[in-house]
Amino acid sequence: MSRDKILTAIRKNKPEAQAPPELPDFRRADVDLEKIFREMVVAMGGKFLQLTEKQPIETLIAEHFPNEINIASAMPGLPGSINLTKIRYPAQLEGVGLAILPAQFGVAENGAVWLTETDCGHRALPFIAQHLVVVLKKENLVQNMHEAYQRIRLDGMGFGAFIAGPSKTADIEQSLVIGAQGARSLTVMLY
Amino acid sequence: MNHAKKAASFIANEARTDWHDQALWFVREKRDRAAHAIPEWEALRELASQIKAHTLSNLDIYLEQFEKQALKNGAHVHWAIDAEEHNHIVHRILQKHQVRHVVKSKSMLTEECHLNPFLEQQGIEVIDTDLGERIIQLREEPPSHIVLPAIHLKKEDVGALFHEKLNSEKGATDPKYLTEAARQHLRSKFLNAQAAITGVNFAVAETGSLVVCTNEGNADMGVHLAPVQIHCMGLEKIIPRQADLGVFTRLLARSATGQPITVYTSHHQQAKVGGEMYIVIVDNGRSEHLGRADFRNALKCIRCGACMNTCPVYRRSGGHSYGSTIPGPIGSILAPGLDLEQNSDLPFASTLCGSCSDVCPVKIDIHEQLYRWRQVIAQEGHLTRVKKWSMATAGKVLASPGPYDFTGKMARTALNLLPRFALYNGLNEWGKERELPQVPKERFREWYKRVRGVGNE
Ligand code: SF4
Repeated sequence: MSRDKILTAIRKNKPEAQAPPELPDFRRADVDLEKIFREMVVAMGGKFLQLTEKQPIETLIAEHFPNEINIASAMPGLPGSINLTKIRYPAQLEGVGLAILPAQFGVAENGAVWLTETDCGHRALPFIAQHLVVVLKKENLVQNMHEAYQRIRLDGMGFGAFIAGPSKTADIEQSLVIGAQGARSLTVMLY
Repeated sequence: MNHAKKAASFIANEARTDWHDQALWFVREKRDRAAHAIPEWEALRELASQIKAHTLSNLDIYLEQFEKQALKNGAHVHWAIDAEEHNHIVHRILQKHQVRHVVKSKSMLTEECHLNPFLEQQGIEVIDTDLGERIIQLREEPPSHIVLPAIHLKKEDVGALFHEKLNSEKGATDPKYLTEAARQHLRSKFLNAQAAITGVNFAVAETGSLVVCTNEGNADMGVHLAPVQIHCMGLEKIIPRQADLGVFTRLLARSATGQPITVYTSHHQQAKVGGEMYIVIVDNGRSEHLGRADFRNALKCIRCGACMNTCPVYRRSGGHSYGSTIPGPIGSILAPGLDLEQNSDLPFASTLCGSCSDVCPVKIDIHEQLYRWRQVIAQEGHLTRVKKWSMATAGKVLASPGPYDFTGKMARTALNLLPRFALYNGLNEWGKERELPQVPKERFREWYKRVRGVGNE
């Protein structure tokens, strides 16, 4: 059996045991998380919007996506125009123009947000939607990826992803083009 | 086929060679800016290197732990000793689910195994979904770079190709327009696919996770839409713990393209509801490579491409000139391990300037390994006549202690003279049409000391 052959070869050929390093989390004191996060969201090609009492999600959606009719929302208390509970096959999501999803937390150093299958309802939704809005609390920002992985428990989770900015490519002559195969835009709303 | 000969045809088009050179150097500069923005950058590289060293020294244990976790997560795990077995395993999975249409995201491993032609022979449609990969697939050629597969092409090439194959407008060359044409074309393929194949960036032993990083979102579009997902990984993709991802996700994209992270960093543990998840763990020479003490560090590679972007030879010879799946400095270490005779010229496709080792996020001693391969190759008699001659001359000059004091001013003169002489004497094929980049004197001295040290071992 190949499995045993491979493992036997590895046992024979592997070097002397080497201890794993300690992992520091490289956190710094006095960091303006919100400011860095906002800058990095924009640097990755995303849009940043601050939610306020006067500017709730509904208002900002209407303002920024005035013509959008096919909206799928996984935000509690914010129904979209598409009933996600009726979706049987992921391909049925192809018509989604805008998905509004809750993010568990954001990472300041790179503007990424952490989305899970459980929060989004459907794994394909953040990718297949033409445009993506993610909503998160300002308390839920971490400095860097070390801290990010301290907050996650992959064990027992079906699927989760960091998303930083809209889908992009530079495969044609190194020219940056937004909107490759995934969402054409990413808007991060912080409250 | 000889690297220098193939490089000669690449550099025949001078304007294009210059463009290629500058485009990659620009990526290298972006990498520098991203790295310098992180005060702990060097500490991260050291950690990454140590995590990989630790993993390689316990590889059997972590592979078994990974398998156990993946099975617990409901995934199917297969082991392939070589490319052929890998291809048959994938084919059997596809047969079992009666799959005729497959979408695939970037995977150097399936490239290495020549999976596409194999599946196509069995009557299965395989569509590469990374834009660069789709372009070269339509052109029926291999990728020339592991991160930027179509970097050897210009937008006019892509425009003409898409007009012919995707019915886009004739003469269109706007990258935005062409990307949109590919988006529409690929969407229909995603919706139609019955299975999706991905490569793997990291496989976490602790949790059975497969981590896949892309900018386009093509891997996710494939995996989440098709009922069957297949992840093909070289066995060196294992890392021990979830926490280790913190180190690698900070290094990978910064080293590759200068971004702080890839747009999508996806963590797959379990199949979607009603779907199936398969993992194929592939050896194909890796366990043997692990036994080569001088070269095993190459298995730490996370395929960021930084060593290619920085390499003066790669930039001016193009990825296709190497004739191996992984081109550039790291490919020139891996390829001789697979077939020494056929790839014996690759360790010589380098100036040994050491720039590759300087940028490598897992601190592989790339240029030193290239130097060591040269010694192995010389010993085993795979040198061509020309290389033998120039090496022998260099050896003579270096061996005579009289004229050269390697610690003094004379040494600098000698070192400044020697590479020029060795490279531009008309006998070494690398001297043709190439100037070495200006190597800072300080760096060259350090390099020489190190190489001498290695040679004296
Ligand atoms: S050898 Fe190092 S620099 Fe080159 S691709 Fe691998 S990880 Fe990147």
